[in-house]
Amino acid sequence: MKILRDTWLVFSRQILLLLRNPVWVVVGVLQPLLYLLLFAPLLKPALGVRTNAEAYQVFVPGLLVMLAIFGALFSGFGLIAEMRAGVIERSRVTPVSRLALMLGRSLRDVVTLLVQGIMITLIALPFGLSVELQNVLVAYLMLALIAMLCSAVSAAVALKVRSEDALAPLLQTVSQPILLTAGILLPLAFAPQWLKNVAKWNPFSWAVDGVRDLFNGHPGTDHVWQGLTIVGLLTVLTVVWAAREFAKSVR
Amino acid sequence: MMIETHGLKKSFRSRQGRETKTVEAVRGVDLAVAPGEIFGFLGPNGAGKTTTLRMLATLITPDGGSAVVAGADLRRDPGEVRRRIGYVAQGGSTWDESSGREELILHARMYGVSKAEAKRRAAAVLDAFQLSEYADRKCKTYSGGQRRRVDIALGIIHQPKIVFLDEPTTGLDPQSRAHMWDEVRRLRDESMTVFLTTHYLEEADALCDRIAIMDHGQVVAEGTPDSLKQEISGDVVNIGLTDVARGAEVLGSAEFVRKLETMDDGLRLYVDEAGSAIPLILRSLDSGGVGIGTIELHRPSLDDVFLTKTGRTLRES
Ligand SMILES: Nc1ncnc2c1ncn2[C@@H]1O[C@H](COP(=O)(O)OP(=O)(O)OP(=O)(O)O)[C@@H](O)[C@H]1O
Ligand SMILES: [Mg+2]
Repeated sequence: MKILRDTWLVFSRQILLLLRNPVWVVVGVLQPLLYLLLFAPLLKPALGVRTNAEAYQVFVPGLLVMLAIFGALFSGFGLIAEMRAGVIERSRVTPVSRLALMLGRSLRDVVTLLVQGIMITLIALPFGLSVELQNVLVAYLMLALIAMLCSAVSAAVALKVRSEDALAPLLQTVSQPILLTAGILLPLAFAPQWLKNVAKWNPFSWAVDGVRDLFNGHPGTDHVWQGLTIVGLLTVLTVVWAAREFAKSVR
Repeated sequence: MMIETHGLKKSFRSRQGRETKTVEAVRGVDLAVAPGEIFGFLGPNGAGKTTTLRMLATLITPDGGSAVVAGADLRRDPGEVRRRIGYVAQGGSTWDESSGREELILHARMYGVSKAEAKRRAAAVLDAFQLSEYADRKCKTYSGGQRRRVDIALGIIHQPKIVFLDEPTTGLDPQSRAHMWDEVRRLRDESMTVFLTTHYLEEADALCDRIAIMDHGQVVAEGTPDSLKQEISGDVVNIGLTDVARGAEVLGSAEFVRKLETMDDGLRLYVDEAGSAIPLILRSLDSGGVGIGTIELHRPSLDDVFLTKTGRTLRES
């Protein structure tokens, strides 16, 4: 099918360019490692747990969601650079599928995230993280959807504002409250009621709850299907939005 | 016709502080481009050349008017237009970190070509544009001229019926420009239609079979470079004379002189065609007994055409 072929074409080019850049590869590997090794011990008292193992059980799911959001949310900068170089316009005069232009790039972000996620999970295991494979696979699905969603939002906004100077403050402003009210690094169990009410409106807080339950061996909770549904729907919407921006005029 | 447009229009709204201003970039353009010709769009900065090209290449939708490009209707069937045309943007289109060959293969594949075929075509165009030597280096290491040649190769790798080249030679040194002209002529000889923009008078004159002069979003003149020049003033003959007043008397009533201006040391004569007029002028002056000093022929340039049509010269606008 044309859309699959075109998506593969865009995706394989993006991955090739990513691997060619050694800085990216090193940062992509080191950054999650640092989070894992430095943060978890620090958080032990705050989380009210006694062992590192317990801390990882709470912290790793949050860390993964954070990486999924942030890694993908900032991919719009690369897109603006491509726009400036004329690469996007060059693609748009060909009959290539506009959805593929979008999906191929977002799948690069999804794959990057999954590679990081698998690495983090594997490294956390010897420190005492304990998970079941089938639950973790569902958690990865949730993470993949989050990455796709954020990548699509980033692309759509980048195509709209067309300048790094506008994109940077915009993303900062949006991402900070999202991060804080999602209970990403610390669960909201001990938060005041008003913060919990705000968090209900944050789709990522549902996703984090779902991922935590999956990592803690409770795949059947409401959090899991609710999180998957909310994130899944939003992903479809934002992908459509971003693909339309790709089809529209871009200078 | 390879391209036919009627009343093509586009305006942009841009925000400046609090006000929104409307720029009428293209204000009703009618064009007809024949198959196999090099058609040039000549005009100063901001004339609307790029905007017109971007409309014809399906990158932006016109506000009004219609166009048929390579046999496909621009509004009803933009997908088919895309399959039949190539487009090379004014600002280039290569990515720093990939090589010319990679760019060409990817681009060919975006037109649905198989990988093996894309590789074969990339090798062929790299060869044709004398790029084989640098083909596997990253684009960021290319010179301006090499990079521009990759751009053009990208535009024609799928063998389109027509290719749009937006300022193919801007920023190139004279030698690279001459090379580029040869490349463009070669494309035409392979029966491709070439639609290019330029603000170099010499380029429009030397390279294009037909040109349209554009100013403020409108076509102000269209034709072959020679016909445009002849249309405005014919040729100009400056003659140095010993007796200017007597010369003016002799030639003032001659029907082959369209217009006559008196200068300090001679006359300026506007004639339809210098080749046939000069013998007549000489004969008249001779029989009138006027001594002739120098004789100088001035052919009108495209700049003169621009001047008569717009009241400005292209060089100052
Ligand atoms: N995306 C846009 N938004 C707002 N104004 C635009 C946009 N694109 C073009 N314009 C305006 O439309 C007019 C025509 O621009 P265009 O790029 O077509 O000119 P041009 O003839 O190609 O000029 P140049 O020789 O400088 O390339 C200019 O006034 C330009 O500022
Ligand atoms: Mg232009």
